[in-house]
Amino acid sequence: MITVKNISKSFSGVEVLKDISFVFEKGKTNLIIGKSGSGKSVLTKCIVGLLEPDIGDVYFDDIKFSSLKPKETKKVRKEIGMLFQGSALFDSLSVEENVAFPLRMFTSMSEEEVIERVNFCLQRVNILNKNSMYPSDISGGMQKRVAIARAISMKPKYLFCDEPNSGLDPVTAIIIDELIHEITKEYQMTTIVITHDMNSVLEIGENILFIDGGVKKWEGNKEEILDVKVKELYDFVYVSKFLQKMKK
Amino acid sequence: MIGNLGKYMFMLYHIFFKPEKFSVYWRRFLDEVIQLGVKSLFIVSLMSAFMGAVLVIQTATAIESAWIPDYTVGFTVKQSMLLEFCPTIISLILAGKVGSNIASELGSMRVTEQIDALEVMGVNSIGYLIGPKILAALFIFPIVIMYSMFFGFFGGGLVCYFTEIIPVKQYLLGIRTFSEDNFVFIRYALTKTIVFAFIITSISSYYGYYLKGGALEVGKASTNAVVYSSVFILFANYILTQLLLI
Repeated sequence: MITVKNISKSFSGVEVLKDISFVFEKGKTNLIIGKSGSGKSVLTKCIVGLLEPDIGDVYFDDIKFSSLKPKETKKVRKEIGMLFQGSALFDSLSVEENVAFPLRMFTSMSEEEVIERVNFCLQRVNILNKNSMYPSDISGGMQKRVAIARAISMKPKYLFCDEPNSGLDPVTAIIIDELIHEITKEYQMTTIVITHDMNSVLEIGENILFIDGGVKKWEGNKEEILDVKVKELYDFVYVSKFLQKMKK
Repeated sequence: MIGNLGKYMFMLYHIFFKPEKFSVYWRRFLDEVIQLGVKSLFIVSLMSAFMGAVLVIQTATAIESAWIPDYTVGFTVKQSMLLEFCPTIISLILAGKVGSNIASELGSMRVTEQIDALEVMGVNSIGYLIGPKILAALFIFPIVIMYSMFFGFFGGGLVCYFTEIIPVKQYLLGIRTFSEDNFVFIRYALTKTIVFAFIITSISSYYGYYLKGGALEVGKASTNAVVYSSVFILFANYILTQLLLI
């Protein structure tokens, strides 16, 4: 479980996040949704410690992450897996080396154990026989899956996915969403997915936080979101004429 | 200006943090030795050989006199190559090749969130990415410069052999003349090279690592890396010459 309490963040006097509090539940696919520029990515970066919030605290289970010393922060970070918007695979490393990277860096596993774990993770995300290929040699969808394999290689307790299906076709996007959802259930992780894709919201949104202009406007789940009364969220959900007609 | 200096010092401070795993960093160091040093050998040997060759022709033409012995050409080539051409000119060339490579590599990693990925994993990204580059350059650049000296003399020798502008024997005699000072000159050249290696890798890394923006900024970072590395090499060259030779 990850808890954020009263998070605020400004850049050059412009308040990007305003007093956001929320509980991201364990074993569930938690979604942060909102328009572009609403503060979703900034909130995530504050949670994982890439940015320091001006006010507020972040708790990983019972650990107050925002007040940890650098050494203790590293311990928590080893329990975090993150899937970036552009996959963020290391260009100079092969698929196998990318997935093995955290294992080689942080564990004392033997080379055989590392390869065994890498193959297991790659099989779990349905990437077969691509171990020696480089990120530039595989498709965007495959890159995302390799990035998921890298994120889960250390058996993390917390998984962050920043717009995991951006730039993917709808079929691949659903496959990636389902994969994230399945892995969350399988390993009982606290997963946070940032998205503005309504397909994802309706497919995997078990616990949803809606942000608009840096302010929390709504929280709920995929069943509740279709009957929402909050104007900003209603406009977000029913932006397409097709959905508007369906609603009527 | 002060902000940039502060960030640069912050970067240097983080390089010396204890590595997460020594074996991974050692592999990175070896990779960088190949990337920064071994892969520069071709251009360095080409440049050095031609510099040596041209220097022989220019010197021989300039001092064509019955009163000046032929071996003076070899001696002049040796002094020029040891003291200035190999350590400084080759370092400036390396600033262009290696500096732009480092800045664009780190800049692209920043833009594509690969550096963020390292940080989220709990890796000291500065130590992991920049530390091995600086150490590899400090180790391999002096070797590259020694290699460059050899090819410079070799290029000069080839010109003597094929054009007979001066006899090869006289050229080699010139190279060997006052050889008791060679150790001092080589030490001076290598000291300069180590300082230049640090300047090139640290400044280029700084511009790449702290890049903000997209592809356009990657190009600008590469240019800045080369320009500032070159300017600082020239300053350092003057100061070191003043300190070490006078």
